[in-house]
Amino acid sequence: MKTPDVTAALGDKKLQLAIYSATARLGERRRETITSDHEELRQYAHDIKKHTLDHLDFYLEQLERNVEARGGKVIWAKDGAEACAFIQNLARKRGVKVIVKSKSMTTEEIHLNEHLEEVGIEAVETDLGEYILQLGGEKPFHIIAPALHKTKEDVSDIFEKHLHSKRETSPEGLTKIARVALREKFLEAGMGITGANFLVADSGAIVLVENEGNARLSSSAPKIHVAVSGIEKVIPRAQDLGVFLKLLARSATGQPLSVYTSFLAGAKREGEPDGPEEFYLVLLDNGRTRLLADESKRQSLYCIRCGACLNHCPVYRKIGGYNYPWVYSGPIGKILTPQFMGIEHDPWLPFASSLCGACGEVCPVKIEIPRILLELRSDKVANDPDRAELWSFKVWAWVMRHPKFYARLAPLALSAAPPVGPVKKWLSQRDLPVPPAKSFRDLWKERSK
Amino acid sequence: MTSRDEILSKARAALSRNTGDPVPPPPAVLLREGPTEHLVEQFTAALEALAGNVVVVKTCEEAQVAVDKALNGRTFIRSTGTRDAIAQVEVGITSADYALADTGSLVMFTESNESRLLSLLPPCHIAVIERSKIVACLDDVFRLRPLPGARSSAMVVITGPSRTADIEMRLVRGVHGPGEIHVIIIDDVTRSP
Ligand code: SF4
Repeated sequence: MKTPDVTAALGDKKLQLAIYSATARLGERRRETITSDHEELRQYAHDIKKHTLDHLDFYLEQLERNVEARGGKVIWAKDGAEACAFIQNLARKRGVKVIVKSKSMTTEEIHLNEHLEEVGIEAVETDLGEYILQLGGEKPFHIIAPALHKTKEDVSDIFEKHLHSKRETSPEGLTKIARVALREKFLEAGMGITGANFLVADSGAIVLVENEGNARLSSSAPKIHVAVSGIEKVIPRAQDLGVFLKLLARSATGQPLSVYTSFLAGAKREGEPDGPEEFYLVLLDNGRTRLLADESKRQSLYCIRCGACLNHCPVYRKIGGYNYPWVYSGPIGKILTPQFMGIEHDPWLPFASSLCGACGEVCPVKIEIPRILLELRSDKVANDPDRAELWSFKVWAWVMRHPKFYARLAPLALSAAPPVGPVKKWLSQRDLPVPPAKSFRDLWKERSK
Repeated sequence: MTSRDEILSKARAALSRNTGDPVPPPPAVLLREGPTEHLVEQFTAALEALAGNVVVVKTCEEAQVAVDKALNGRTFIRSTGTRDAIAQVEVGITSADYALADTGSLVMFTESNESRLLSLLPPCHIAVIERSKIVACLDDVFRLRPLPGARSSAMVVITGPSRTADIEMRLVRGVHGPGEIHVIIIDDVTRSP
């Protein structure tokens, strides 16, 4: 069983402060923008997602028809390999050397950048946070704030090393350096790759939500636009966006609306002066249809990747984004990873939760994350019971039901809990509270004298 | 079997559905009403809160004066231009199809045949709109245009200057898009736009 080494993150004071203040601020802003009808909006979003996923085949076919009616092309990819191969081939056929990318967890999931590099194509991340991480050779730390663990000094170091820029430690100055460097890439790139926040079935459109403008640039400056999206992102109607756009902006960054919302229906049309000449939508399964089959956990696919559950999770807020085994971190990662990769992949993961319930309370599409965690725990136990642990709990239960034994054993356990066998394993991930000098029983005896 | 058919048949099996099974209608659309009064004032307040500038003028001539003032001698392109030309200028000047009172947003459809890149590549964006373009909220746009893609390849909603908080959560404007936005509203009730 592979367990992460969280000690480094816990002992890093700078990192702890960075995670704590960033997630606290995002959480605070979210609360400030929540309106009195928030519950109604959440329920609507949940119901729409439920309806769409319960009839996913129908909406995917409708989406495909409408994308093609608008002159776009739909590519169905069973897994990451198929998606990457399609993009590699297209780039090769069109002679594309440089690709600009805007933040997409789905392309992280399929390691698209690595696959493009292999065939000699430069894929540049253009979201400021992602760009910093790509230059520094790191992965996103948070869905919404990917580089929240980097200080401005760290960023300056990275820019000095890779862009040969001068020392600059103001966020404004650093942003300007990145703007200039990336502007060149946008104008040079033969292809732009984005994810999609929503796929709109009745319109054959994709929707991109962002604050910086890099998704707009990636989808309108190069000649070719490729959007890569999981099949679960579809919603029935453009009119549903009224609710989803509000929920996403409020839950992610506490804005009434994000700065840019792009509703993109195919390549540029006659008479339009700019926009991409070719548009492709890659629809990725990569295990999603398997998740779909489990009715009680199907709602894991409702996620709109707002990051609110991360910001409110006491575990994420201590260990940060790098101690989760797969691309999706935080509470949503805890329920997605075992379902995508199989419970055997990281059997400890659903157990690394205090079940405080905060994630379920803030989720804008009302995914019952704590309930799904519990189900995943019982799946793990049913699958592969830990006999030593079962046995120790049986003994524990017996002792607890026999007060005489308990009275004799308790002082022993307090003075010298032997860190061996299952106890040792249990303690490897937990801190034992320091026992008081006198037990309750002793105090009670003394007082009643 | 193609990947398409395989994905669709896996989805159907997972949902215990057969090809062509009927689908009940989705839940009824939930669109809100926005404010009905003082739309110009609300728009102004919302955009100014995001560090945008709003000027309300009476006539087209006054609008030109306001544009010149906002330009302040900088190079610009109005309505259309090639990508490389737009990348060189300091200001892009456009119209907009709607403006949203509650959030201070501009809504632009590409069917207007203005360059998408004008509101994106230059460091400053100036939009000139008639007062009649202001609606209460985004839901109004979805009511008026239930299929935004019908006549346009793109609809873009712009709410304030481009921004980021990716370095130490500090707000910086103008990361990839314009850091400066001016909206000039022509409040001429005697002339239709
Ligand atoms: S699970 Fe819910 S709260 Fe978490 S990222 Fe997804 S939508 Fe947001």
